[in-house]
Amino acid sequence: MEDLQSLARLVESGMRLALPVDYAGVSMAMVHPLIERGISDLDVVCVPTGGLQVDMLVGAGVVRSVETSAISLGEAGGAPCFNRAVKEGSIVVRDATCPAIHTGLLAAQKGVPFMPMRGLIGSDVLRYRQDWKTVDNPFAEASDPIVLIPAIRPDVAIFHVPMADRHGNVWIGRRRELAAMAYASAVTLVTAERIVDKNLLSDEVTATGTLPSLYVTAVAQVTRGAWPYGLWGEYSADTQELMRYAREARTAQGFSAYMAGFGEAA
Amino acid sequence: MSMIQPPLPREILICTIARLLDGVRHVAVGASSPIPAAGAMLLRALKERAGAAPVKISILGSVEHNFFTNGSTELFDCAGQGRIDAFFLGGGQIDGQGNINLVGVGDYPRSSVRWPGSFGSAYLYFVVPRVILFREEHTPRVFVEKVDFISAPGTSDEGVYRTGGPYALVTGKGLFRFDRQKGRFRLDSIHPGHSFDEIAEATGFTFEHDAEPGVTPSPDVDELDLLRGRVLDELAETYPEFAAQMRQSLTEIA
Repeated sequence: MEDLQSLARLVESGMRLALPVDYAGVSMAMVHPLIERGISDLDVVCVPTGGLQVDMLVGAGVVRSVETSAISLGEAGGAPCFNRAVKEGSIVVRDATCPAIHTGLLAAQKGVPFMPMRGLIGSDVLRYRQDWKTVDNPFAEASDPIVLIPAIRPDVAIFHVPMADRHGNVWIGRRRELAAMAYASAVTLVTAERIVDKNLLSDEVTATGTLPSLYVTAVAQVTRGAWPYGLWGEYSADTQELMRYAREARTAQGFSAYMAGFGEAA
Repeated sequence: MSMIQPPLPREILICTIARLLDGVRHVAVGASSPIPAAGAMLLRALKERAGAAPVKISILGSVEHNFFTNGSTELFDCAGQGRIDAFFLGGGQIDGQGNINLVGVGDYPRSSVRWPGSFGSAYLYFVVPRVILFREEHTPRVFVEKVDFISAPGTSDEGVYRTGGPYALVTGKGLFRFDRQKGRFRLDSIHPGHSFDEIAEATGFTFEHDAEPGVTPSPDVDELDLLRGRVLDELAETYPEFAAQMRQSLTEIA
């Protein structure tokens, strides 16, 4: 078993980082160790949307670009640091749509350079994505334009789960997007509420919801590691805390003050 | 027996949505959408009470009212195969051609006002047959002549694969239908307490309408009964705040 700092040391400047949607299991516990590392120029891919974690990393100045289908604090409103960075032009935003991110990850999972997807044609989402290409379906008799999404191959995926075993298998339940992230990424770092003694793969009931250690690089145990987000089947989101962040992070100074306290709380 | 309280404006919206969904087998509802979720739940309850074919609902963010077990990609896979008959989309801006903007105001990418982003709209708008646009705020800043950013277009050129698109637009003031041939909205009805002039003034695009558009029907006793009981109970699992507010409003007017 590793600690949070040793997980963070596997993330280097300029890496492409895959982070999960706010309800799937966000490793908020990794935010402070990542920022403390003093790295920069991360390219973040939100799977398929982002929230507090991405906003904190952007606010701390460690992010170069964000590829996402959306970013917000949910009920607590817009993502303050992200919105500020957009206005200032200090980060590159690659606006996407949820299934395009899934499609890109799936291409990486299959080891192919791209995958086609429907929709998109005529949208400004497509117009601004120079890396996406429209081709004519080679199997159709009549003209049938279709968009190709290049494989998304993150350097590192980071997420939080309820349990892991001592063999490095992690239980993701029905949150299959976590598996999709891991399949596509070179390195997968997982934080878990608890470490269990039994092998998760030895029981058919837990095995179906388990991401095997084959795809997991390192695991660290941390209690309430998704806080202030909730973790499915474990605890719900701390909406008051999300609201407090939304209020305080409205200015860069307020954000810094909040983060000093967040580091201590974590 | 006590008197039935008159419908709240939001109850009229919920019933309007339930009527627009009539005939669907499977409706999906995205995040942060309590009124569409309530409309879908009301339709399911009405069909069940009538002994009609069941309506399946997938509410994102719900555990009890959600069939998906394959991660967040499953909604899109389902939709791409035609397994989802109806979905809801909103927009920071919606224009008269049915284009929606969920990204921001001003010159992209340095938007002066930045909204969360397009979510799944750039895909679902193409492949879900009955997309209901829902936006409670009915003002000229929302309903614009032309959107600043097209998250998803209202119509597509011939030859572009498209099995879905806008079906209706429900606002706090009225109900519009979308004419896919003309690529324009037609005012269908005006919600009780609102007027045509008010809607015309609050809408930044031109739309078609009858000389004297009708009034959106209010829920009947059966609908209100299910809505105020079973539907609010079901809704409270995903939207506790919203359900509590609705119950509070009903107490206040009692």
